[in-house]
Amino acid sequence: MKIKHLRSKWLGLIPLSLILFLSGCGEMTVLNPKGPVAESQYELIKYSLWFMLGIIVVVFSLFAYMIIKYREGRPGRKESDYDPNLHGNTTIEIIWTIIPLIIVAMLSFPTVTTLFDLEKAPEPEDGQEAKEPLVVHATTADWKWFFSYPEQGIETVNYLHIPTDRPIEFRLTSADAMTALWIPALGGQKYNMAGMQTKLFLQADEEGVYDGRNSNFNGEGFAAQTFKVHAESEKQFEAWAEQIQNEAPALTAEKYDELLKPGLTDKDSFSSTHLEYINHASKEGMGYVVENYRDLFKEKLHLDDIEQQETFQ
Amino acid sequence: MHITDILVTGEPIIYAAMVSIALVSIAILFLLTYFKKWGWLWREWLTTVDHKKIGIMYILSALAMLFRGGMDAMMMRVQLAFPDLGFLDSQHYNEIFTTHGTIMIIFMAMPFLIGLMNIIVPLQIGARDFAFPYVNALSFWSFFFGAMLFNVSFIIGGSPDAGWTSYTPLSGAAMSEGPGQNFYLMGLQLSGIGTLATGINLMVTILKMRAPGMKLFHMPIFTWSTLVTCFIIVFAFPILTVALALLTIDRIFGAQFFTLTGEGLPMMWANLFWMWGHPEVYIVILPAFGIFSEIIATFAKKRLFGYNAMVWSMIIIALLSFLVWVHHFFTMGAGAFVNSVFSVSTMLIAVPTGVKIFNWLATLYKSKIEFSVAMMWALAFIPSFILGGVTGVMLGMAAADYQFHNSYFLVAHFHYVLIAGTVFACFAGLVYWYPKMFGHKMNERIGKWAFWLFFFGFHVCFFPQYFLGLDGMPRRLFITNIVEWLPLNIISTVGAFGMGLGFAVFVFNIYYSFRNSEREETGDSWNGNGRTLEWATTTPIPYYNFATVPYVDEIDPYVRMKEEGKTTYDESKLEPIHMPSYTGAPFIMMAFLALGSFGLIFEWMIVAIAGLIGGVIMMILRSFDYDEGYHVEVDEIKRIERKARGL
Ligand code: HEM
Ligand SMILES: [Cu+2]
Ligand SMILES: [Cu+2]
Repeated sequence: MKIKHLRSKWLGLIPLSLILFLSGCGEMTVLNPKGPVAESQYELIKYSLWFMLGIIVVVFSLFAYMIIKYREGRPGRKESDYDPNLHGNTTIEIIWTIIPLIIVAMLSFPTVTTLFDLEKAPEPEDGQEAKEPLVVHATTADWKWFFSYPEQGIETVNYLHIPTDRPIEFRLTSADAMTALWIPALGGQKYNMAGMQTKLFLQADEEGVYDGRNSNFNGEGFAAQTFKVHAESEKQFEAWAEQIQNEAPALTAEKYDELLKPGLTDKDSFSSTHLEYINHASKEGMGYVVENYRDLFKEKLHLDDIEQQETFQ
Repeated sequence: MHITDILVTGEPIIYAAMVSIALVSIAILFLLTYFKKWGWLWREWLTTVDHKKIGIMYILSALAMLFRGGMDAMMMRVQLAFPDLGFLDSQHYNEIFTTHGTIMIIFMAMPFLIGLMNIIVPLQIGARDFAFPYVNALSFWSFFFGAMLFNVSFIIGGSPDAGWTSYTPLSGAAMSEGPGQNFYLMGLQLSGIGTLATGINLMVTILKMRAPGMKLFHMPIFTWSTLVTCFIIVFAFPILTVALALLTIDRIFGAQFFTLTGEGLPMMWANLFWMWGHPEVYIVILPAFGIFSEIIATFAKKRLFGYNAMVWSMIIIALLSFLVWVHHFFTMGAGAFVNSVFSVSTMLIAVPTGVKIFNWLATLYKSKIEFSVAMMWALAFIPSFILGGVTGVMLGMAAADYQFHNSYFLVAHFHYVLIAGTVFACFAGLVYWYPKMFGHKMNERIGKWAFWLFFFGFHVCFFPQYFLGLDGMPRRLFITNIVEWLPLNIISTVGAFGMGLGFAVFVFNIYYSFRNSEREETGDSWNGNGRTLEWATTTPIPYYNFATVPYVDEIDPYVRMKEEGKTTYDESKLEPIHMPSYTGAPFIMMAFLALGSFGLIFEWMIVAIAGLIGGVIMMILRSFDYDEGYHVEVDEIKRIERKARGL
């Protein structure tokens, strides 16, 4: 009796906790997409979740049935409840091979189509005309973000402004360690790697301020390598870009070099981009930062005040 | 050179660790001397080539490593639940998750399972020892010294801090100066060589030394899982060896394989690492499947359902495990086609795994389940592992993985499979075979306490992490002062302490049972429900295992033997048994190589060369060693067997 009591207790735990946690799901960033890319990934996750819940329900029920019905001391056990030599049944084994195969196939199709879709700019919604993607170069260096807008001729450090309803084509690269650009509200990530360039399409449909970060561990300042994404109307965005173009200083090679030093920096903006001096996406310039700052990398930076970093909030 | 250049200074936690390590070492030295146990330690353990004793040493070391890795885990969880406490700084946290991950996988999970294989596999196939007992000792000592080397890093020289995956260029010489990363490279290299040797050794043992009549498809399922695992080891570990060597050459001798400078290809490391790393996760999960199969059949008192399907699904999993490594970097920008291929192949692994789950459930059908502690671990595995498995499929869907990658969703997933799979299996297997190893059982009542604490702690700890991942919390983050993430992190930490408590009770049970448990009288400890040959030996097992080797031509031979009232022992067929001699050479050889590795870590070339020369000399000596072992005479065997069987 004791065993049974305990068992029902822990079996009860799992659905209970599910309900508890699922009730909070509305607020989970990934399950609350703010753009078409995150939306398609969310749809895929939702779709797969139904299959997974199905599997869980089937296995859990079978499991509960077996351990309750076939426990040794159950009162009222019959002779026929025990068959020590039962050890196979081809039909049923084929069935439980085929069904998972079908499930895998059903998960594969939407996965593959979504994968191909994600390589292109998101399709415009019905009734809207397609817009040229806005190109933003996102470059990381230990432990900060540089966003260059070649079209607008501006560059920001550790924050990002984007127009809504227009695809953003991120060109990702890194000046040193490998990192990844992740803005969960707008969609999943890709790696930034020195000496190469990856492309990531994202788009915001709703205005707002979203969290973005480097999600690939790259050392001491990793936790603070975050940024805010300000998604605003095309008009506001243009106005902002113009303001930066007019008011911010130009990004000189010396200034950029200074910024590349391993360490944390606050937000900043410039009226020109670093793309004119150096292309981290090519193999040629790949060792540039390491060669310049070899000694600085050696030092432990002891970023004790990391919590106070503005970019972290 | 100054002492502070070598010893890690400036951290109160580390000073405390140093003091406690010093105290424990002094206590051990004192006790060994006081009780005059040095000779005993050397003769019985350090020089042993007996697979059973080596297995026990593996398991004891693995338990120690589980303690170390668990302490790391607790410290991380404290930091994450109370970010304002400033318990750990970023650097320290990075070192801890790196050593935690590495220790758990390389120095805890794998050795624990290899320890169980060491003890049980020869018994299950009716063999007297490994094919190469000397090499087996060598393997153990290479693992042991590798683990020790890795473990001293946090007080001497500083720990590695680039994650257990150690991605370049971060882990290269430019961005991770100093000995920390070298500890990772040399510790893994040294123990990896031992693992490879064990793989070959066990493979030969299983293929060549089975009892007469035993075909491959008569082998117990745990032996099968070991054989399949050995194939994975033999194909995967050379990749690791090469990758580690290349990075070592990069770091210490200034080559440019993975650097940003020169012609380096940093991304090559990720490929090499995961070409080994993905198969590695099956190296620690397939034996677990084998253990659960044995336990479920024994305590369900029923033959395993779908034996052939079970074996074939393991083989298919092993093959697929080499074809899916790219799922660890779907976000590398490899393009839709490549990602599609690897996405589908990854999801396919779920099919044979599902087959196994259903076969276990079918084994329970029409059975008589006895809820012993070993069985409870095995049963708890099924629903828990499913929760890890289905999220694994979700991660395998590359387009969705763009959101899951590097997040806490992943952390939750791999702990669900590693703990519910591997760690539950280690505990289950240890409890199950404990009477074979030590001649007494573990206490069942205390065992249940340990089980429930650990089981609840586990779910409370890791289930919330799925949701943290969905809320955008990345892995390897040392601070969580984002308000929305705090509550779930606190819950998770509470769970972690539950697990810690469970582990403590488990270890206490070892001590308690040693003192209080009844000694075993028969070899068939679980109420006569043993099915395979290890239960047909007496307890304690004589050092030659089987006096007369049984003839086997079916699955679960011991069930039939018992029905027919037979034993494996036939006095009329006794012959002298050939046994290998004990030798201290493996221990000494590996101590030299460890010294050499230590030299390389600090780039003290003289020490490195001295260690290497010492190792090579030991190898040369070995090649002139003509010790052929000895024979156990018939009279001696008779005396031992009669005593053990009460004849
Ligand atoms: C007491 C139970 C455990 C707790 C509380 C725990 C907790 C943690 C935590 C907090 C992290 C760091 C996550 C992050 O910041 O990204 C981590 C990472 C990890 N854990 Fe565990 N863990 C436990 C047991 C295990 C076991 C048994 C294994 C393997 C068999 C394991 C393997 C790993 C690995 C491979 C990593 C990744 C390390 C890395 O990112 O480089 N853990 N664990
Ligand atoms: Cu790359
Ligand atoms: Cu994998």
